[in-house]
Amino acid sequence: MADIAVLLKQVPDTNAKIVVSGDRVDEGAVNKWSMSPYDEYALEAALAQGGSITAITCGPDRAKKMLTDAAAVGATNLMHIVVDDLTTLDSNQVASILAAAVEKTGASVVFCGKQAADTNAGSTGPGVAEKLGSGCVTMVSELSGDSSGFLALRPSATGMERVSVSAPCVIAFDKMGTELRRPNVKGIMMAKKKAIETMSVEDLGVDIGSASVTLDNQSPPAEKPAGQKFEGAESVSTVVGKLREEAKVI
Amino acid sequence: MVTVIAETSGNGLHPVTAQLVGAAGGDATVLCPGGNGASEAAALSGVSKVISVEGDCFSSFDGGAWASALGSLTEGRVLAASTANGREIASRMAASKGVAVVQDVTSISGNTVSRPIYSGKAIETITVSDDTILTLRPNTFAAADGGGSAAVNTVNQSADVATSVKEAIAKASERLDVSDADIVISGGRGMGSIDNFSHLEAIADQLGAAVGASRAVVDEWGMSHSIQVGQTGKTVNPSLYIAVGISGAIQHLAGMRSSKYIVAINKDADAPIFGVADYGIVATWEEALPALSDALSNL
Ligand SMILES: Cc1cc2nc3c(=O)[nH]c(=O)nc-3n(C[C@H](O)[C@H](O)[C@H](O)COP(=O)(O)OP(=O)(O)OC[C@H]3O[C@@H](n4cnc5c(N)ncnc54)[C@H](O)[C@@H]3O)c2cc1C
Ligand SMILES: Nc1ncnc2c1ncn2[C@@H]1O[C@H](COP(=O)(O)O)[C@@H](O)[C@H]1O
Repeated sequence: MADIAVLLKQVPDTNAKIVVSGDRVDEGAVNKWSMSPYDEYALEAALAQGGSITAITCGPDRAKKMLTDAAAVGATNLMHIVVDDLTTLDSNQVASILAAAVEKTGASVVFCGKQAADTNAGSTGPGVAEKLGSGCVTMVSELSGDSSGFLALRPSATGMERVSVSAPCVIAFDKMGTELRRPNVKGIMMAKKKAIETMSVEDLGVDIGSASVTLDNQSPPAEKPAGQKFEGAESVSTVVGKLREEAKVI
Repeated sequence: MVTVIAETSGNGLHPVTAQLVGAAGGDATVLCPGGNGASEAAALSGVSKVISVEGDCFSSFDGGAWASALGSLTEGRVLAASTANGREIASRMAASKGVAVVQDVTSISGNTVSRPIYSGKAIETITVSDDTILTLRPNTFAAADGGGSAAVNTVNQSADVATSVKEAIAKASERLDVSDADIVISGGRGMGSIDNFSHLEAIADQLGAAVGASRAVVDEWGMSHSIQVGQTGKTVNPSLYIAVGISGAIQHLAGMRSSKYIVAINKDADAPIFGVADYGIVATWEEALPALSDALSNL
């Protein structure tokens, strides 16, 4: 069994309202923070492999709670690289930090989400793989085998395909068919006592240079003009007429 | 100077490639992985050079190998498609060059770009450096016209692959993919049962549309996750999205609210889906779909 590092990001719960105040998303207005949904599948896949699992997050202090949640379902080691405001980092810096963290754990297998629910980017898994010189498979919805030869199901141009990859490798997970395990009382109690290895980027000893992109502002999406609403199936032909004449889409 | 990484589809170009060239605004070099689509790319206006990159690694997709083989050939700003493969290549290329990648860009003005975040619940505007790699959201930028006649150079360039394909599984149906289609018609729990999706398929055939679904029916009726639209499914932005028997939960809206036009058919006049619909029809699908089918045949 290989040691596995799982990259977990804490994000506003998908049900949380995203409020922009001034020129930034107002984090104070987020009522619930959760583990990013695809990361839950990455963690579940790691738990299914068994062995030593290090849950790694990079983010502000509040992210500790998510690491404890990961311990409650079975993550064996917890690692927190404290960065107060992730929006000050570019994709290359995030990949450098997380790759250095993975190297520190000694794990040769890295599981992560296909994209985070806040950035929606999908840059980190392949970026970390590049920094580590590893193979990478993204959008994985089924995984079998072990580090000596994983078989991963991913979409292909003509449908789906099963590809083999072996350690060192990064697997970025899509939603999977498996149920996510829920913590039990014992798990929750144990997790509260679990130590979190906390460090700064400097402690990691990785030079991340300076960001090459800067965030100017965040804004609410453009409001759509109010739509037209019709009652009853009789209106269908009117709408079809409008789709042709007004919208010109059919 | 801009380098476009062509998105290929089979032996040809995926339509998004012409949009990347359009966004480049002229003097684009197009890299064609595996040589696919090179002559098509050469015929796009605004393309000054096509490099047909041939190498063993291009026989199946391996993001690391593709990025490494293509990476040495780029000059200036690099643009790729915000598709699964495009994002992976761009991420690896950026990490290897030690530069940033900004994914899913929906507008570019000089070095200022914007992109949706939080599944479209907000937009961010970013100032990028000249060497930042960008992936562009399909169907957002105007495609370059034909009429070009760029030279095609062939370069042999490969790299070590870390993955190998063991099994190919054909698509369960020949239906269009929701992320590629210009029109998507999706059904939700209001359709009553999986069997009733045949009514949606019939309309989809009339329109040349793809069929999508909400998560409720994917999970509960065992439909393929590949057609799920939303936060944990696909993000689509077709010209026309028709939601039938879908309530419009925030996680569903996350995947489709950027569609150009949205039609909602729902029997509940207060369903949240009407909040994003350009054209809302308060009716049951049992009544509305036959009427829709008739109206379409009469066009
Ligand atoms: C983390 C997370 C991720 C999620 N990701 C997604 C996602 O990717 N995609 C997604 O879709 N959901 C997602 N969801 C689920 C989402 O919250 C909703 O539960 C789901 O979208 C509801 O599906 P629905 O609209 O089909 O069903 P319902 O909410 O049950 O709505 C059914 C609708 O059909 C209407 N109706 C009933 N009968 C008829 C009739 N005869 N004719 C016309 N209308 C009728 C009803 O008025 C109702 O509005 C996610 C949830 C979570 C927590
Ligand atoms: N700050 C972070 N800390 C830990 N993991 C992260 C972080 N950012 C991204 N990841 C991982 O990388 C995946 C893709 O993130 P992104 O590239 O931002 O879409 C996420 O689903 C996580 O698994």
